[in-house]
Amino acid sequence: MRVVILGCGRVGSGLAEKLAAEGHQVTVIEQDREAFRRLSPDFPGVQVVGLGIDEDVLRRAGIEQADAFVAAAPDDNMNIMAAQVAKEIFGVPRVIARVFDPQRQEIYQSLGLETISSTALAVEFMYKALLTRGRG
Amino acid sequence: MYIIIIGGGKVGYYLAKSLLYTDNEVLVIEKDAKKCATIAEELGSIVLQGDGCDPRVLREAGMARADVVVAVTGGDEVNLVACQIAKRYFNVPRTVARINNPKNEGIFKRLGIDATVSSTDAILAQIEQQLPGYALVHLLSLRGAGVEFLEIKITEGSPALGKPLKDLGIPQDVLLPLVLRAGKSIIPYGGTVLEPGDEVIAVTSPQSVGTLRSLLIG
Repeated sequence: MRVVILGCGRVGSGLAEKLAAEGHQVTVIEQDREAFRRLSPDFPGVQVVGLGIDEDVLRRAGIEQADAFVAAAPDDNMNIMAAQVAKEIFGVPRVIARVFDPQRQEIYQSLGLETISSTALAVEFMYKALLTRGRG
Repeated sequence: MYIIIIGGGKVGYYLAKSLLYTDNEVLVIEKDAKKCATIAEELGSIVLQGDGCDPRVLREAGMARADVVVAVTGGDEVNLVACQIAKRYFNVPRTVARINNPKNEGIFKRLGIDATVSSTDAILAQIEQQLPGYALVHLLSLRGAGVEFLEIKITEGSPALGKPLKDLGIPQDVLLPLVLRAGKSIIPYGGTVLEPGDEVIAVTSPQSVGTLRSLLIG
């Protein structure tokens, strides 16, 4: 699978390493060159420096041939816009956006954009952890 | 009309100020407390501090009864999301977004924004008109109709000199309604021959701009 990942933070770099280790072709887009340090020195994927909502940058990252796009930049609006550009403009078959704000996540999920709110997930996991293992 | 402006920077500030002179109800939503204080001090209590993409803030702002939302922050992604939430979640009839990257114009349109304003494009057009080196100037583009209005300056090196217009092979979807020659306007016809110094006004589809450029400018 050819995957383009926006954002080389903890989530972006972690996902990139995992997918690359399984043999997928991975390209990571990141504005801050320094952030690529999070990738291991033998990371086999491609690194593209640029703004992930710029269609020229997305093209450079091979968005036109991509099977999947993951938006994991540290900014909700950036992820929402980049994911919509990938999906609606470039027709990428599988698109996922990370959105911190649970309300914004719900709105865009209901509008047909696949979104994951790490905030809502953390709340859910912590709640479960408290109720199942917290007593004693 | 109730107009909500997202972003209280320079554009938002002057936009609010201008709209206040008209008979409209105006509210500015701005994240930064300092900018909010300045607007409140100079324009009155027409400002709400908060994130213009946060549904809770927008509800507080009375977004559901807004007639127009104008998003003018410096971030294209912020303006897009603010307008989309206004339009699709609060059913605001008209959304206008400022764009910084001119290439986002088409993208915003595809993603449901009613109108975009590109400051980069506006400034670029001004520069193009002032510089003699620019032989082809975009005067106006009718976005919905896919029509461009151009002004083309004919120079000594133009390949169109000495031949009547009908023999130039001008594409079907190009119209040349006017030629400006020495301060006078000429309505050209098939037999008109262009001269150096002429300014040709062209109405064309975006696809034929390149062809027209090579036919008249070279």
